[in-house]
Parts: sequence; C-alpha cells; structure tokens
Amino acid sequence: MKWGTSTWVGGSLVAIAIGVAVFAPWIALTDPVMDANLMNAELPPSWEFPFGTDAQGRDIYSRICYGARISLTVGVVSQICNSLIGVTLGLTAGFWGGWWDDVVSGLTNLMLAIPSLVFALAIMAILGPGLVSLVIALGLTSWSYSCRIARAQVLSLKSQGYVQAARILGYGDFRIMFTQVLPNILGPLIVIATLGMGGAILAEAALSFLGLGIRPPFPSWGSMLSEARDQIRAAPWLSVFPGLAIFFTVLGLNLLGDGLRDILDPQSQTRRA
Amino acid sequence: MSDKIPSKLLELDDLAVHFHVGSALKGGVKTLKAVDGVSLEVKPGECLGLVGESGCGKSTLALSIMGLQPPTRGNIRLNGHELSARDRMETARTVQMVFQDPYASLNPRQTVRRTLADPLRIHGITNKTEVEHRVMDMMAKVGLRADRADRYPHEFSGGQRQRIGIARALILQPKLVICDEPVSALDVSIRAQIINLLLELKDEMGLAYILISHDLGVVEHVSDRVAVMYLGRIVEQGGWQEIFEDPRHPYTRALIAAIPDPFHRADAKVARAKAHGEIASALNPPPGCHFNPRCPMKADRCISEMPALEAVAEGHRAACHFRNSVA
Amino acid sequence: MTAPLLKVDDLHITLEGDGTSYNAVENVSFEIGRGDAFGLVGESGCGKSITALAVMGLLRRPLAIGKGRIVLDGEEIQNATAARLRELRGSKIGMIFQEPMTALNPLSPVGRQIAEMFVLHQSASWSEAMDRAEDALRQVRVPSPERRIRDFPHQLSGGMRQRVMIAIALACRPDLLIADEPTTALDVTVQAEIIDLMAELCAAKGTAILMISHDLGLVANMCRRVAVMYAGRIVESQGAEAIFATPRHPYTKGLVDSLPRLGERSKRGRQRLREISGVVPSIAAYPAGCRFNPRCPSVTDICRSAAPDVTALGDGLVRCHHHE
Repeated sequence: MKWGTSTWVGGSLVAIAIGVAVFAPWIALTDPVMDANLMNAELPPSWEFPFGTDAQGRDIYSRICYGARISLTVGVVSQICNSLIGVTLGLTAGFWGGWWDDVVSGLTNLMLAIPSLVFALAIMAILGPGLVSLVIALGLTSWSYSCRIARAQVLSLKSQGYVQAARILGYGDFRIMFTQVLPNILGPLIVIATLGMGGAILAEAALSFLGLGIRPPFPSWGSMLSEARDQIRAAPWLSVFPGLAIFFTVLGLNLLGDGLRDILDPQSQTRRA
Repeated sequence: MSDKIPSKLLELDDLAVHFHVGSALKGGVKTLKAVDGVSLEVKPGECLGLVGESGCGKSTLALSIMGLQPPTRGNIRLNGHELSARDRMETARTVQMVFQDPYASLNPRQTVRRTLADPLRIHGITNKTEVEHRVMDMMAKVGLRADRADRYPHEFSGGQRQRIGIARALILQPKLVICDEPVSALDVSIRAQIINLLLELKDEMGLAYILISHDLGVVEHVSDRVAVMYLGRIVEQGGWQEIFEDPRHPYTRALIAAIPDPFHRADAKVARAKAHGEIASALNPPPGCHFNPRCPMKADRCISEMPALEAVAEGHRAACHFRNSVA
Repeated sequence: MTAPLLKVDDLHITLEGDGTSYNAVENVSFEIGRGDAFGLVGESGCGKSITALAVMGLLRRPLAIGKGRIVLDGEEIQNATAARLRELRGSKIGMIFQEPMTALNPLSPVGRQIAEMFVLHQSASWSEAMDRAEDALRQVRVPSPERRIRDFPHQLSGGMRQRVMIAIALACRPDLLIADEPTTALDVTVQAEIIDLMAELCAAKGTAILMISHDLGLVANMCRRVAVMYAGRIVESQGAEAIFATPRHPYTKGLVDSLPRLGERSKRGRQRLREISGVVPSIAAYPAGCRFNPRCPSVTDICRSAAPDVTALGDGLVRCHHHE
C-alpha cells in the first residue's frame, strides 16, 4: 500500500507515543510518583534529568513516559466510545428518517448547544475525579459531531443506486447500513475520530487543570501542564515538555487519520489504464 | 384447463402514488401526483416499453413495483399475489432492477465477486461451491472475464459496469426485470452491445422486461408492447407496431416527431405534430387533459374534460378525445 | 470564392499530466462559411468540446494549443490577447453549453444577464439594455417575457434556461454560434423545439453554427456538413445526409449501424444490432497507428503501425487506410 510522507510521519509519531506508553516501566528513569526529592525541585534539564524536574523534584521525563499511558488511554477509549454512539445514532437516523430522525436530531442539537467540556465537567462533578470517570465523561459528551456527519453522509448515499439495489435484492436494513453505507462513509468519520482523540487529550488537560481530572501525584500530560502554569517564565521546561508531548501526539493522530482515509478508499489505490 | 401458472406476471390496478409537498407553515400542503391511476399488465417473457419524459412518473412507478414506494391507492400483483402481502425476500427473487447510472449503482468498496455472491448468501444459498459456480456462470453470461471477479468497480469501463449491474439483477433468477434507462449513460458506440446483451439474456433466461427509456429507437427495437406516460398517467398503450406506426395520442405523435430526422423525410404533417412549450409540473397539472397546453389539436373539450384511456383497436388504447380522428 | 468565416487549420491541443504531454487533439482542420451550419460529432473524450473551447480561446491549463491556426473572419486568433478574445466573445462568437444551470449566474435575474451583453459589447445603457433583453426573451419564445426578465435561473425549467442561454449568446448578433451539447440535458420534445428555434434564429440573423454533439442523427438533421471525431482526430467529414446514407469510415459506419432507428423493425424485423467491439481508448493509452484499429472490423497490419493520412473524397474527407 502506498503511504504518503505525511502518513509515515503521522504513523511514526503515533507509534512512538504508543511505544512510550507501553514500555514506560522500562524506558523511564525513575518512578514517576514515588521518586520525589524536594532537594531536586525545579532543576533545568541535565544529564541526570533529561527534561528537568518539577516542583516536587520528580523527573519530568519519567512522568511524561507514564503520562503517555493516561493521555492515550483517555484519548483513544473516549473517542471510540463517542464514535460508536455518534455513528450508530447518525446512521440509523439518516437511514430510517421519521420520528427517530427527529429524536436524534433534537438530541444532537441539544448536545451541540452545550459546550462539551461543561457537560463533561458536570458528569465529573457527579462521578468524582479519576481516570475512569474521565473516560466516561469524555466518552459520552462529544458524539454529536460524528453523528451529524454520519447522518449527512447517509442522506446523500441513500439515493445512490447501490443502496437501492441492496434493498431490492432483499438486504435487511441493518445489513445495508453496516455493509453498504458505513464502509463508504468511513473517510470523514476516521478524520473526525482522530481529531477527536486529539481533542480528548486536550480536554483531559483542561479538566485536570481544573482539578477534576487526574489528581496529583499521578502524572498525566494535562495535569503536568496545569501544575506548571505559574512557572512558565521561571521554569519553562515544566510546561514545554508536556506541551510538546501533547502537540506531537495530536499532530501524529491527525496526519495518520488523513492517511488512513486515503488508504481505505480503493479508488485511490489503482487507476484503470 | 387452468393451472397454477398465472397468465399475468405483473398486474397494476389503478395505481396511484401521491406525495405531500410543503407544509402548512410554508404556503400550504400540495399534492404531487407522481403516478395517478395507472393500470398495466406484463406477461411472462414479454417486454413492455415505458416511454415518457421528466415528470411522467416512470421512475416512481418503477419504485412502486419494486416495493420501495408504497402506493397511495390501487394494488400491485406479482404472479397473482398482492405485493404488500409478500415477503420482501420473495419479491426480490421475482422482480429486479437495472439502473441507469453505472457509476453510481455499484458499491465502490465491493469486489464484483462480493456484489454477486452476497445476494445469494442472503437468500439462503450457503454452499460455497454453488455460490462460486453461480457467480462465475453469471459473469460469463454477461460477458465479463472470470479473472476480474476480484476487481473493484472503478477498474471497469462504463459498459462493463453496466454488465455487472445486469449480472447483479439476474443473479437471483428473477422473472421480471425493470431496466431504467439502461444505456442512456453509456457511450454511443457501446450501447448496441448492452442492448443485444439484454435481448439475449431475455431469451436465454425467459425474462420479462419493463424497459423505461426516452429513446424511442431503443424502445421500438426491444419492446413487444409499449405504454406512453405523461404527468402520471398512461396516455397510450398497445403493441409496438401499433404505437409506432399508428399512434393515436398527440403526445405519442409529438415524441415521434421530435426524433431528429437526418434525411428530412418527415413531411409537414409530422412537423405539425410537434409539441410546443414546456412540460408542466406534476404539482400543478393543467386542468382536463394534462397535455392540452402543448397539444397541436387542442380544443375546448380538452380543458374541461379529462379523456379516458379507451380502445381504438384490439389491444390498443389511447386517452384522447380525438383518438379516432387522429390520422 | 468567399473566405470562410472560421477556418481551423491543423489544430493540435496538448494536455499536460503526470509529467508527460499528451496530444488530446491532433491535426483537426475544418471550415465554416458565413451562415453555414457545421456539426462536430463524437463520443465523450474524443476532443470535440476542447476543440470548441480552443476556438473560443477558453483553454486553461493543463490544456493548451500546441500548434495550428484558428482564423476567424480573416483574423488569426490562436495567439490573440486575453483582451481581444474578450471582445470577440459575445460580439463575434457566442457559445451555449450543455448545462444551463451551471452556465447561468444563479444569483442574477436572467434579464440582467442578457442585458449585460448589450452593456458590455454595445455600450448600451442599462435601461436600454433591459428593454432589449425583454425583446430577446420574446424572440426565443419565452412566454410573458416582461415578467420573466426578473426571474432567477432556478425558477425556470431546463428548456427555458436553455432559451435564455440562446438569447444571451445571440444578443449581439455574433457571426458564429458554438453550441456544445445544447440539448443533451433536455427532454426529447423540448429538445426538438430548441433545435428548431436555434436553426430559425441563426438563419434569420445570418449566424453560422458550430454544433457539437454525440448524437449523429441530431447533428445530421440540423447541419449541412458533419465531421466525425474519434480519439482526438477527425476521421470523416461529409455532407449531413451523405454521412448517414453512405458513411465511409468504419467508425461512422459502426455508429450508424449500431443504433436502432425508428421504422427499421417494421421493415426488416428485429435484427441483431451490429456492435462495435471494445471501448473508447483513454488519452493515456491511444493505440499506435490508426486509433480505431483495436475495434475495427476491417483492420489489417498497416492499420496497427501507420496512422492513416487524410484523403479528400468528393466534397469531404476520410482518414482510413481502407476507406470506401
């Protein structure tokens, strides 16, 4: 399969992020939570501490390695949840129309009117802080975008010959939705999913910032940013490295998403002579 | 001696499909009478040509016959059984459709093999060898090379894609196939290939066709019987020879007169038969005979009274007040 | 011998793509006299539309005129400046397209779009131009033109829009009207009317017509002379009736034989249509020698190796090694 340069770059970045997360115990230098030595507080990058240390004297590099686990988990799992909800609702609403479409559209409009972060906040307030509640909150509040896109795509495809042909051939509604329509609308949905993963990682940062996400002392890129906010001038390494980690991971996800969308389209693979 | 085989494959009885357009808030609800009182029959092995221009309702009619568009009035009988009572699966094994646009009517993400095999599996044929055999057999019948079964639609030309569409329509061995403008979207030099193919398959597989087309040359060539539609109604119906040699409805004559004639053989009489003006909207059909604003023979009676579809000869009917004086 | 209105001489059009240069159109030559009707027939991809665009000076990258001359009323225009071409379009050459919905400005009333022609090319005032626009609509037989001039394109039917296009194209009485598939998107009965209207108006105004279509019957009915194009080349050119009655090139013969004609079945019963095998070649894979050779029933070795030259025959020409 022919991958473009940007897809390679994106794929590599994502692979690195995943690798870091998986192999954190092996590649980290210290324990991210326990190895805190106030004597080493806020030291700039050095050989001993490649990314410097934070206010508690913990090695930032190691915390970033372990933080990858949290950020990626939040990003991937919550987005999968969102996509499943959004695509199912959008697909069925567009395909069946009628009262179901009215219900789903109404719900989507409601969701879009409320800033998803605020909604997530509300859920977190009920569930309390922590990784699981974070994933639940983020996973239930950002599905409207994929729902809307899925619905619009279905509406435009419904009148395509092959969807009608499938109905004529006796295909059941669900079979048509999932074997005929869904594969042909994956493109934009994948892009939304990868954008969404990036968004979830950023949302995690925001929530942790507000004290509702991952609580200290556990490391997540977002909470690291949050803890560093007073020191941006004085100790820039406290925010630069977590920021870069988020940046490169989200960039990688977006590039990969674009590339995947192109790869999954058989028409871009071969050209008839 | 009457046996179980019905003499009519398809029977439409006063079929009407009306749509409600607009809403009470947007200037009132209007009724779009896409199909308005159509009665038709198709016998097994027969080809019925359905002729008409935009707004005549032929596409809506096709969808109704397929069971995709519920009728507002009237009934549809396939092999003697009413359509609504039938199982969607059984209908699928009896009536199928070939679509106009070979580029939009195939799933771009499915190989030919899958497009042809899936319907078999859905209808209960799970034996792998049998599925494979039938897929290969059908590909050969429509003139596609067996080694291309695992290719995607975009790897084929327009004509080949239409062959795939035909294969898909025939894979369940239906008795009736609705061909909706099967060659209009194809290059002129390959239309003959597809027309010949459709005729061969009809004989080989004992199919009945409803051929929807605006191309009168194709309709005359392929059909046994012809029905002409205008704004939701049938205005003339009969055997192919009667319709083309002795048309009794001014609209049919207008359609024939409209065919470009490179030899300028048409005389003044034919020229006068041409329709003028635009086709009215099905939302606001003219009063009385729908064709009256464009009819070269229009009289007062045509505005006040809708003509009925009545016989001019055995098996030949026209809906015009002047059906017997149109010479 | 009066000079022709339009003379296209050995026109080549190139297409840049994937780093290579393709010959989309090669060695196309034809002439149209004043007030004459000439037809260019071919299937999609044969190059007929881009030939028309070349005459109008509307080719854009990746297409460009490779070589050849286009002479309009004695003036060579293949290298004319953009300004000169703008002057010519509308005043000397009018063009109508297949899809009036995309050719008309959806945001401007149709009367205004017609009036623009008078304002731009004949320095008329807007009020005068609007009056003349209403007149123009009357000429193309749009009912109630005084009301219609204020309508927007989407409020008109396909046939009406095409009439508006004709009104725009003929507004300034151009010498040449180029019609590219003007009726393909229209219903059959409306098509007949539009064609009659075009023929009538052009005859009345002395406008020559270059008619482009894939429908040989339509073109032969309307035009005096017809040229058939295949894969970028003209393969045959004859008088309209002759091209139908006695086609000389195997491709033209194939086209004429393959399409069912009204009245044939009554006379001779249902005959199997004579097929043209194969498919239209794509520009990236034109066959060597005669481009029609893979599909030709009378192909021989020379057809596969050498591209045939044009042979003048009677009042026309044919490009075939084995012409009749």
